[in-house]
Amino acid sequence: MNMDMSQYLDVFLEESKEHLESLNQRLLELEKDSGNIAALNEIFRVAHTLKGMSSTMGFDDLADLTHHMENVLSDLKEGLLAVDSKVVDVIFKCFDRIQLIIDSIETKGSGAMNNSDLIAILENVKTGNYEAAAALESELALPPQSGTDTDEYQESFVFNEYDITVLKEAASRGLRIFNVKIAVDPGCLMKSVRAFMVFKAVEEDGEVIKSFPGAQDLDEGRFDSNFEIFLVTGVTAETLEKRLSSISEISVLRIQEINVDSITAGQGSQVPVDNGNQLQAATDAADNHHAHKVKQTVRVDIDRLDNLMNLVGELVMHKGRLEQIGFSHKINELNETIEQIARISTDLQAVVMKVRMVPIEQVFNRFPRMVRDLARDLNKEVDFLIEGKETELDRTVIDEIGDPLVHLLRNAVDHGLESSSERIKKGKNPQGTVMLRARHEGNNVYIEVEDDGAGIDTARVKEKAVEKGIVAAKEADQLSREEIIALLFSPGFSTASNVTDVSGRGVGLDVVKTKIESLSGEIFVDSKPGSGTRFRIKLPLTLAIIQALMVSVRDEIYAIPLSSVDETTMITVSDIKMVQSQEVIMLRGSVLPLYRLADLLDIKGPAAAQEMYVVVVRKAERQIGLVVDSLIGQQEIVIKSLGKLLLGISGLAGAIVAGDGNVRLILDVTTLF
Amino acid sequence: MEETAITRSQNAYNQDEEIQVVAFRLGKEEYAVDILNVQEIIRLLNITRVPRAEDHIEGVVNLRGNIIPIINLHKQFNLQSAGKEEDRRIIVFQFDDLKAGIIVDEVSEVLRLVKADIEETAKVYSSISAEHIQGIAKVNDRLLILLDLLKILES
Repeated sequence: MNMDMSQYLDVFLEESKEHLESLNQRLLELEKDSGNIAALNEIFRVAHTLKGMSSTMGFDDLADLTHHMENVLSDLKEGLLAVDSKVVDVIFKCFDRIQLIIDSIETKGSGAMNNSDLIAILENVKTGNYEAAAALESELALPPQSGTDTDEYQESFVFNEYDITVLKEAASRGLRIFNVKIAVDPGCLMKSVRAFMVFKAVEEDGEVIKSFPGAQDLDEGRFDSNFEIFLVTGVTAETLEKRLSSISEISVLRIQEINVDSITAGQGSQVPVDNGNQLQAATDAADNHHAHKVKQTVRVDIDRLDNLMNLVGELVMHKGRLEQIGFSHKINELNETIEQIARISTDLQAVVMKVRMVPIEQVFNRFPRMVRDLARDLNKEVDFLIEGKETELDRTVIDEIGDPLVHLLRNAVDHGLESSSERIKKGKNPQGTVMLRARHEGNNVYIEVEDDGAGIDTARVKEKAVEKGIVAAKEADQLSREEIIALLFSPGFSTASNVTDVSGRGVGLDVVKTKIESLSGEIFVDSKPGSGTRFRIKLPLTLAIIQALMVSVRDEIYAIPLSSVDETTMITVSDIKMVQSQEVIMLRGSVLPLYRLADLLDIKGPAAAQEMYVVVVRKAERQIGLVVDSLIGQQEIVIKSLGKLLLGISGLAGAIVAGDGNVRLILDVTTLF
Repeated sequence: MEETAITRSQNAYNQDEEIQVVAFRLGKEEYAVDILNVQEIIRLLNITRVPRAEDHIEGVVNLRGNIIPIINLHKQFNLQSAGKEEDRRIIVFQFDDLKAGIIVDEVSEVLRLVKADIEETAKVYSSISAEHIQGIAKVNDRLLILLDLLKILES
């Protein structure tokens, strides 16, 4: 790759990943319904784009692999090959390899990889020699096969009724119809510009009826080294050629006049071009591009957004300060202006937050493939359903939530669902269901992973926990069902009696829990014996700006995120009772354990007088009372990191800059105790 | 003093290489840090204590909207603070994405040192554990302890 290309590398990587994701998705659709021609066409189109991109960037091994994959895909399209599980598997393997190459480009900067093994399999599949392909696959390593055909891409034009009418009309007016094939120099950096110039040149006195790839792709430079157009024009082939040849960095491969009578509409109608390089397209390729809705978007470096967020945060903070000044000085005019500013800054904050929001689809999209592979490996039938993938979450949360979900889904398929035979015995549908749901609720997002499997076997969990020394045998007998289920999250716990490749490596739910908690989230489990298990993850919408309760202890002030506060209440010293040397109070008939913030955080100074306040916080699903001296009030705060040096102090979630310019610390209730 | 320093060196390669340092006082001792790492020197700000942090972390301050941890070298080196309250400063320094400040009793001046004037740590006795200092510089009759800020941050 030359230096000039390197600036496009990021875009290339980003786009290839997107393409690969869409390939995986479409292939899954195709696997479910082998007659899904739209999916097949989309795979073909995306694979072709990928090939073009990689060869432009000089990643020849990637281009070569996609080329061979495309040959097989093209046979599928033509109906020469049947879409069966064998072929789909091989193509999935190709996708995996492409992923590997892209990863290697990203990490090592080199896309060099020997793919002769896969290419050999592809060749065999293409010729229908499945036995040979299977044999190769079992080894997946064989010397490269010689004589790989390096066919040019075969182009196809399919016209709809409208196009035909235009062409016929043009012909009746004495205009000529040409098929022009243009090659763009491999070194050309702005292919889209060249394509545009070609369009401009031929449209001087003519009209482009169709192009391949479609106009959109040409516009965005998403094509291989060449493209084809169909146009009606008044000029002769010579004039056309002369005009085109004045454009630099392109060369005209072919200008061919077409007889309008040879064109018919509808499926399978084609224009006889060249040496019979004909390809049966089931649907209109060009129309397909338009069906694929393109959103107008801008890619922005996340750092810039963070910066913007910081600035908005500062603004919100100073707004708070202004409010304080306005309040204490009681100037009407000032207060009115402050109200305006408050409204604008609230809107601004909402907009910036919105910008940072990303649909969870990004994370969810890779799961169908994963679950499918997993189900195959485990020989289970799984119906995987996704709901609410349009649910939006802050970018920072999106980046982190993938791994925990992978874990939960693997758990659901591996441990949750029974094998088909077992399910039949129980009178259940042999096909198990795993459900992945996301939805908004207030300022939180809930993500649920649910299976209709056997449910959590508490007896076995208890047995395992005792065996692993997590609880003593005596204690275990007294545990409630909920408490036993909570044991699942203990470090080093795994119930799978035989350690499989899939899960049960002993690092499990505790890691998931830690991760979720680090995102200020919580995880809950419901399980009904015999009918399934549901993991619920509750996450804050954003981690940047939150509502907090400001409290003071001695002369220190702390912020407690409102999302973890249930209520506050005032107590006197005499309300405090002792239970097994633990301070408690009775709150509406239930016992609430108390922790003094001054003790937890080692805050020195004389203890408060008779009266004190209790902030009732929730940790997991347990309530705990935090004793503070006084409540200052509710505030919108902008969370700032404490920095690398102070990272990972338990009980602290970050810091804020208060209205008076002082730094205040935010408590993290989940790790405070 | 610049000249004296420069004329004296020359025995080994790049021995005459110069560095600029910020000299400051901690208790009764004089210290210096490489000026390239120093971002700014500010007056004392309100420091917020960070519970559960390590002992030598004095707390955090708000520097124009950024939260910066402040290290108390007095505690780390077991020195008594000396001098007038109004002379105390915070030296803010930065290594890549790591930013922190140290409290000093007084910032004295910015000096040019020649490498040859800097003595290896091992040869000199100091109250500081040797790993935190790069060496001792002799400037006329003064001794400056050259601190390795990155080591202090990492510890």
